[in-house]
Amino acid sequence: MSSQIAAEMRPSIVVEDVHKTFTLNHAFSLKDTIVSWIRRRKLTSQFEALKGLDIVINEGESVAILGLNGSGKSTLLKLVSGVMQPDGGSVLTRGRVAGLIEVGAGFHPELSGRENVFLNAAILGMSRKEIEARYDEIVAFSEIEPFIDQEVKHYSSGMFMRLAFSVAIHVELDILLVDEILSVGDAPFREKCRTKFEELIAARKTLVVVSHDMDMVRELCARAIVLNKGDVIYDGNVEGAIAIVEG
Amino acid sequence: MSQIRDPFALVPRSSFDVPGKAGGLLDVFRWHYLLRLLVRTGVTTRYRNSVLGWTWSYVRPAAQFLVFWVVLGLFLNLERGIPNYAVYLFSGIVVINLFSEAFKNATTSIVGNAPLVRKVYLPRQLFAVSAVIVAFVHFLPQVGLLLVVCLFLGWITSISILSVLAILAGATLVMLFALGLGLLFGAMNVRYRDAENIVELLLLLATWASPVLYSWVMVQDAITELGWPSWLLELYLLNPITQAVELFHFAFWYPVTQTTIPIPPALALNTLWTFLLTVAILLIGQAVFRRLEGRFAQDL
Repeated sequence: MSSQIAAEMRPSIVVEDVHKTFTLNHAFSLKDTIVSWIRRRKLTSQFEALKGLDIVINEGESVAILGLNGSGKSTLLKLVSGVMQPDGGSVLTRGRVAGLIEVGAGFHPELSGRENVFLNAAILGMSRKEIEARYDEIVAFSEIEPFIDQEVKHYSSGMFMRLAFSVAIHVELDILLVDEILSVGDAPFREKCRTKFEELIAARKTLVVVSHDMDMVRELCARAIVLNKGDVIYDGNVEGAIAIVEG
Repeated sequence: MSQIRDPFALVPRSSFDVPGKAGGLLDVFRWHYLLRLLVRTGVTTRYRNSVLGWTWSYVRPAAQFLVFWVVLGLFLNLERGIPNYAVYLFSGIVVINLFSEAFKNATTSIVGNAPLVRKVYLPRQLFAVSAVIVAFVHFLPQVGLLLVVCLFLGWITSISILSVLAILAGATLVMLFALGLGLLFGAMNVRYRDAENIVELLLLLATWASPVLYSWVMVQDAITELGWPSWLLELYLLNPITQAVELFHFAFWYPVTQTTIPIPPALALNTLWTFLLTVAILLIGQAVFRRLEGRFAQDL
C-alpha cells in the first residue's frame, strides 16, 4: 500500500517559486529613445507573467492548466519545455519532455512529407534509429500515405496539421506538453488523437494540457490548476476548476 | 491536493534536469543527426525552383572574378606586378566568398529560424553551425573550378603535401572564424537587427583588408614608404582571412607561377597564431551566444 502511494508521488515536474517578467519596449529606435527621454516618458514597462508559481506534477498524472487569456498558461509551458528561462526560481523536469506546442513549426514547405517527418522528428529530439523504427506508424496515423512524397507546400492545411501532429505524438517521451492544438483535423481524426492521449495516460506518461476545450479536459485530465494573472488560484479536481473558470 | 511539502523526498533533486540548459558547442555532437538534416535541407532547397540551379554557384563567382580581372588586372595594370594574376585573384576570391557566405548566413540563422526558436527547444547553435557547413558545400565547386584551371597550368607536377595541408588549414581557419563571428553577431541580431547591417559592412571591408586583389608586398612597401612602424604589417598578416588567403596562394598560385613576390614571412608560424586567435574569437562568440540564448524566444 505504502509503496503504491510512493510510486504515485514521484514528481516529474517541479516548479519552484518561478517568476517570469517580460520587458515591454516602447521605443523601437534610437530616435524614439531620444524623444521619449527628452519628454521623460518611460522607455520600457514590466509585465509580470508569472508571480512565484509553485507546482508539483507527479509521474503519470494528467493535469490541465486553465485560466483566461494572459494568465500565464503558455508561458508556463514554455518554461517547462525549455524554450524560455525563468527570471527567478527554478523549473525541474525528469525524463524526456516533448511539446505539442504549435506543431509544424519545423516543417519546410519545399521538402517532401517524408523528408519533413525525419527533419521534424529530429528537431523534437529523436535519433535516426527511433525515427526509422516509427516511420510507418507515423505515416499510418496521419492517413496521408499517398501524398507522402509530395512537397508539403502542396498539402491542404488539414493534411499538413495531421502529419505534423502525427510526428509530434510519436516522439519518445516521459512528459507531454499540449498547448491548444486539440482542434486538429476533422472529427474522426480528433477521436484518434484522444485515443492516443488515453494510451499515453495508461502508459503512465505525464501529461500537461493547456486548453479552452472543457470537454476534452474533462475526458483527459484528473487534476486541474487554474492560473489567474500569474498566480495559482486553484489546484484540485477538474469540475471545481471548470466552475471557477466558467463562473 | 497532492502538493507534498518536500517534492524531493522521494526523488533526489539531482535526478531532475533543468529544461533548456544548453551544452554549448558540445550539443552539436549530441545532435549530429539533426545537424546533418539541417545541412541537407540547406543544400537541397537552396536552388529549388530555379532553372539553372547549381550553375548559380559557378556563375556568381565567375562574374565577380571577371569584373575584378578586367578592371584591376587589365585596366589598372595590377597584372604586371603580379604574374598569373587570374589564378592569384581567383584563389583569393574563393576564400572571401566562403567567409562572406558563412558569416552572413550564420548571422541571420537564428532570426531566419524564428518560428522554431520561439516554439521548440533545441540547441540554437546548430543553426549557425549548419549555416557554416552549407557555405562550405557551396565553396567546393568553386575550389573544383580553381583546381581545374591549376591542373591545366601544370599544378599537378608541383603539388606537395604542404600545399594540401595549406588548403585544409585555410578553409578550416575561415570556417572557424566565420562561426565565431557568426555566433557573436547572430546572437546580437535577435535583439538588434543592426547586427545584420554591421556584418554587411564588415564583409565589404573584408575583401579589401586582405591581399586578394593586390599582393601583401604592396602593403609592406606602403608601410615602409609612409614610415609607419613595422608591427603594423605583422598585425595585417595576423588577420585570419589574410592568413587563409595567403595559404591558398601558397597552395594554388605559387606552384604554377614564376614570381619574385616572396611568400609572406613566418607563414607556418602565423597559421598557428591565427588559429589561436580564431579559437579565442570562437570562445568569445560562444560565451556571448550562451549568455543571450535564454532570451531568444521572447525577443524574437
